[in-house]
Amino acid sequence: MIEFTDITAWIHSLLLSVMTPTWTYIVELVLSGITILVVLLVCVIIMVYMERKVAGFMQLRWGPNRVGPYGIFQVIADVIKLLLKESFSPNRADKVMFNIAPALALCVSLMALAPISWAPGLTMWDTNIGILFITAISSMGVIGILMAGWSSNNKYSIIGAMRSGAQIVSYELSAGLSIVTAVALAGTLSTNGIIQSQADGWWILKGQIPAIIAFLIYVIASTAECNRAPFDLAEAESELTAGYHTEYAGMQFGIFYLNEYINMAIVSIIASTLFLGGWMPFHLPFDYPVVHMFNHIMDFIPTWIWFFGKMFMVIFFMMWFRWTFPRLRIDQLLKLEWKYLLPISIVNLFFAAVIIVLHWYL
Amino acid sequence: MTKKELKQYLEVTYPNLEVKETFNFPLLLVNKEDVIPVLKQLKDAPETRFNFLFCETAVDQNPNLEMIYHLSSTYYHHDLEVKVILEERENPIIDSVYSLWEAADLYEDEIYDMFGIRFKGHPNLRRIMLTDEWNGFPLRKDYQDDKIISL
Amino acid sequence: MENQPIPSPTELRTEEFVVNIGPQHPATHGVLRIEATLDGETVKNILPHLGYIHRGIEKMTESMLFKQSIYLTSRMDYLSAHINNHACSLAVENALGIEVPARAKVIRIIMDELQRLTSHELWWGSCAMDIGAVTPFFLGFRDRERILEIFEANTGNRLTMNYITPGGIMRDVLPTFVTDVKELLKKIKGYRHEYDQLITGNFIFQHRTQGVGYLSKEQAISLACSGPVARASGVSCDVRKHYPYDGYEKLDFQEVIDYGCDNWARYVVRMEEMKQSIHIIEQLLDNFPTGDYRTKIKGVIKLPLGEYYQRVETARGELGVYIVADGSNKPYRMKFRTPSFSNLGAVKPTTVGLKIADLMANMSTIDLVVPDIDR
Repeated sequence: MIEFTDITAWIHSLLLSVMTPTWTYIVELVLSGITILVVLLVCVIIMVYMERKVAGFMQLRWGPNRVGPYGIFQVIADVIKLLLKESFSPNRADKVMFNIAPALALCVSLMALAPISWAPGLTMWDTNIGILFITAISSMGVIGILMAGWSSNNKYSIIGAMRSGAQIVSYELSAGLSIVTAVALAGTLSTNGIIQSQADGWWILKGQIPAIIAFLIYVIASTAECNRAPFDLAEAESELTAGYHTEYAGMQFGIFYLNEYINMAIVSIIASTLFLGGWMPFHLPFDYPVVHMFNHIMDFIPTWIWFFGKMFMVIFFMMWFRWTFPRLRIDQLLKLEWKYLLPISIVNLFFAAVIIVLHWYL
Repeated sequence: MTKKELKQYLEVTYPNLEVKETFNFPLLLVNKEDVIPVLKQLKDAPETRFNFLFCETAVDQNPNLEMIYHLSSTYYHHDLEVKVILEERENPIIDSVYSLWEAADLYEDEIYDMFGIRFKGHPNLRRIMLTDEWNGFPLRKDYQDDKIISL
Repeated sequence: MENQPIPSPTELRTEEFVVNIGPQHPATHGVLRIEATLDGETVKNILPHLGYIHRGIEKMTESMLFKQSIYLTSRMDYLSAHINNHACSLAVENALGIEVPARAKVIRIIMDELQRLTSHELWWGSCAMDIGAVTPFFLGFRDRERILEIFEANTGNRLTMNYITPGGIMRDVLPTFVTDVKELLKKIKGYRHEYDQLITGNFIFQHRTQGVGYLSKEQAISLACSGPVARASGVSCDVRKHYPYDGYEKLDFQEVIDYGCDNWARYVVRMEEMKQSIHIIEQLLDNFPTGDYRTKIKGVIKLPLGEYYQRVETARGELGVYIVADGSNKPYRMKFRTPSFSNLGAVKPTTVGLKIADLMANMSTIDLVVPDIDR
């Protein structure tokens, strides 16, 4: 089988033979950025289609089935429609902030893609502070939302933006503590290092109870971070008609829509990296010959299937929540975070520390 | 109390008021000035306890306007109809029963909107169904509107 | 603004702002404009503005024959169309002393109770959707469609049926009516556990509705609330029990009363009422009478001079039809005492002091239908 590292080594040698090392570096940066963007956009297209089909089947209806066989070209039709619409701004809106807000939200989300490890040896920026960088950058996402709500000059947008800001800032704490738990179990902040440490079994199995609790809290907290139901009051359709992005039309709204799905993708990639092994196949940590054979068989499934399979599984759970649960009110949402999730995360971290020091994990 | 018993009770309690009956309920005719005291007594008296104002409306009998109150009791499940005849058509004013039953809030807004009867003591009398600039009171029999087309 | 005291440097100065919710809004169940004064998230005052769907039904009835007014009543509360027609027909029949045959009475009650079921199914779907869960909307409509199919097969129409007329019903039901309805009830009972699992037993839904939107018993009586809104506050006001009509006195069903006074109580009362409706229909289907489906009324209907009042229990509460007749073939005045008009007064006391999200939850459990309010 062709390894990804072979392809990257071949491209590297090809470029070095043509231009100087500095230029090679710059061209490689641009190429890897474009590749990751393309992969991500394909993932987003699949996610949007998946959301509408999953929603349809859960609601006893078909979902899109007219545009293309089984409706697979529906997303492309939607994108073309959004591109052809006029992007206007309200009369008294703050024009500069109004136009920058979607771009800012998108840039922040895309920057968080840099340290992610997609396959063995395939990381855009392999640094030893990868996870820290991702959490730091995704905290900046709230600025884009607040700017969008404030500059729209619309009472509904301001209410939605304020709710959303409070929600995101609160849930970052729980999400961060879950990440710290996983990092403490793995011993390193680098994404590659965390995945390599799961070579003999995913952390959700090895770490036992603290890891399972941390995973559940991370999934709940990150659903709140993405403004997805049941925490979607910022865009609660039946209350405020679209909240902070009420006044946006055309592609600017499309950028917010895209941003939501990119956030979902990033969050599920991080969940699968930290707890489910990233691109690492499913290995059992026991030392028997039959287990070794099983591990060997698991290695035959390509790493990209593992990676994208785990990512889409976590995304499917997030979509399942959306179509099942009602919405939480803002004070119930904040109460859930500050009175329940945060203390549980802190206690969980303490128990994880105890387990690590005493080497009680498998 | 049944309809007959209620009629007898009213004849005894209000000897100076006219007591008749309609198809379903006994009917008590009250003067405009006595509306609040009589209705308050009907609401508080332990034999009747009319605490449920289930309908309040007006009828335009040329040349008078009539206010109709339909009362009921959640304790005894008997009903009563009270009628007040208003003589003047130009600017009819009557006391509001909002202080007795809060349901009168919306009922009396609608009566003002449709008939033009004003209510003293109502918290916020406004035109509720039609726009604020509407001229005339549609449910009166002499309502003229250029936009009505008769077929 | 100038007379406000100057705040001390440590006080945070906030302003209240006024937001219009509606008239075009996914959650107001019609065209209703609510002017809400908000202080942050908290609701300080509510002022409803009506009239967006005012069609002048009461003025129109003054120029229509009694039989023609039936068509107008369907359009008032379109989710209780059969029951509205029933009210108008009963008023005319009682005034003229017409006796309706037994088969017609039974069919009328079955249609009424099926209509109550459709109304509550739609209420369930949109209540869950207002609180945030979208899937129950489709589930509620799935059951409603099955009942509407029966309506369409027997009466010709899905929404404004005009089937119950003075004297009986417009035309006889199909020969397969009893078996159709029996099958339908079996299916609907089978879906009950889905509703209980999905929404009634849902932790988030219970937290959104329990303890929210308190309407005390005295206030419910003072505001003349009726129907499930009043019954959830402990007021016994079911017209079918206290002023029975058309055979309800012979049926065995319970009046569902809860003393919780909050949104959860109103939810539970309506879910239980659906069960009671199914029970009533089953009793009637067991001994379905044969015979005539109407008594023919000769000539044009002329009500004798006087005032007539008829009350029925719609899905929303007590509907009253008040006719002032002057002996001619048209009513002198016909007033409809609609339940949603009085229940609208319950929105303000339940919501002041709570959040915007609770305003939506309250309006959906009070179950307003705006054409009923505006007429």
